[in-house]
Amino acid sequence: MTATDIAATTAPPILEVRNMRKAYGNMPILKGVSCTLNQGDVMCVLGGSGSGKTTLLRCIAQLERYQGGSVVVDGELMGIAEKGGRFYRLSERQIARQRLKTGMVFQKFNLFSHMTAMQNVMEGPVHVLSVPPEEARSEACRLLEWVGLGERMDHYPAQLSGGQQQRVAIARALAMKPKVMLFDEPTSALDPESVGRVLAVMKQVAATGMSMIVVTHEMGFAREVASRVLFMDHGVIAEDAPSAQFFSAPSHPRAADFLASTLGARVQTN
Amino acid sequence: MSAEMQLDDHSTIIERGRYRMVMSLVVVLAFVAWLVHAFAVSDIEWKYVSHFLMVRTIMQGVAATLFMAVSAMLLGVVIGLIFAIVQQSGNPVWKTVAAGYVWLFRGTPVILQLLLWFNLALVFPHIWVPGYGSVQTVQLMTPFLSALLGLGLNQGAYITEIMRSGLTSVDKGQYEACCMIGMTRLQALRRVILPQALRVVIPPLGNEFISMIKLTSLSSMIQYPEILHSAQNIYYANARVIELLLVTGFWYLAIVTVLMPVQYFLEKRINRGWSG
Repeated sequence: MTATDIAATTAPPILEVRNMRKAYGNMPILKGVSCTLNQGDVMCVLGGSGSGKTTLLRCIAQLERYQGGSVVVDGELMGIAEKGGRFYRLSERQIARQRLKTGMVFQKFNLFSHMTAMQNVMEGPVHVLSVPPEEARSEACRLLEWVGLGERMDHYPAQLSGGQQQRVAIARALAMKPKVMLFDEPTSALDPESVGRVLAVMKQVAATGMSMIVVTHEMGFAREVASRVLFMDHGVIAEDAPSAQFFSAPSHPRAADFLASTLGARVQTN
Repeated sequence: MSAEMQLDDHSTIIERGRYRMVMSLVVVLAFVAWLVHAFAVSDIEWKYVSHFLMVRTIMQGVAATLFMAVSAMLLGVVIGLIFAIVQQSGNPVWKTVAAGYVWLFRGTPVILQLLLWFNLALVFPHIWVPGYGSVQTVQLMTPFLSALLGLGLNQGAYITEIMRSGLTSVDKGQYEACCMIGMTRLQALRRVILPQALRVVIPPLGNEFISMIKLTSLSSMIQYPEILHSAQNIYYANARVIELLLVTGFWYLAIVTVLMPVQYFLEKRINRGWSG
């Protein structure tokens, strides 16, 4: 906490979202969202369903087009270029190159189903970064062992459990050496037993100093690992606070309600 | 005495349906025997059939049929793939062009398309070919080229639909995962989307190829020397019509029979990674 606070005052943020606006047709999803992520921060995005948290993450990843606002990752304006006072959308190729700065872990894993775990992790380094296959293989090997799947490298996704697939997906994203890792409800599609192991790997990733944005419903993870919490409600940020402060004394009434209901539900299930 | 008392582990239970199976076998065998008899006592001279089976002209016809089927199929696959990708691109102009192509070529008989290509000179007397300059269309539109364009473009319209269903069968998340490891659209298509679409596309493509083998017989109408055309040339001379038609029938069946296991193994191979 203190370390990142000091870093924040000296280094520029690794990711900055300014005034993001996004609507599907007439339905506004994001109504001007701004936030910054400092190097090494873990930011958990909380909020009820439909609050816009997944959309925010997808806009940051340039998977959605937004009507207004900007995303700057590692000092680079994403998806748009300014020329003579006008803004132009970058070509698909340029955006693809920019996306190398961000890695993403999806709710439904999205592993390439015709490739083994090993091939999934090697795919990007070999075919996008042009890393020699042998080098990529040993790196993929190391990563898969690191996420605890050393014995499952040659399995196809269909032969792996949901939790195992998600850990391969994390390894696949890390293999591209991104500046920021984006997690889109990474444990929502998992059985309770797998959830713990995936969260453990995510904790491991955070411990390496990776900057992370995690959209999640896992309150325990947010409380324990996150340095900051972004609470979203109906397309705006209702609260943006250090994690400890958010969980002990949420300032926004919606956030307080949300905490009471989710943590309450958790007590009941226990 | 009740049934439960008699039924023990050693009792044999007579299954139902055996009698019916034997009866149907008798009926089918009787029909086949009648058919064989009819052919045997008819005027067919079987020695002509066996004589012309491997004759040079017929063998060349078999080769021409195979060559045309493969070429037209390849053309169809390339066109179908391009139009299917274009349809998904979201560019409304190209989408309409693709839809128009499918509408036109699926909506008219193949034989008509073959005849139109063969008689293209009536519309365009001269065609400008890059590298050659202006060429007389009559000379350019040989039976081979007419048949290739007619069959290939018609096939392409059907394959567009097959490819489209294949592409849409791949989950959108696969494409997004490609994006997030920095792939371009084309890379994603080549490395991830197409290999997965193949699984859906191979069985109907196999069917299309088998039907293409037989469709090539239509190009006999425009003088392309495939099996049927070769057989016709022979029976115009010797009047052994039914014998030579049986020869062509034999070859079509032979080709399709060889292709069926090929299709089976291809489908098995493409299904790796899905069936546990």
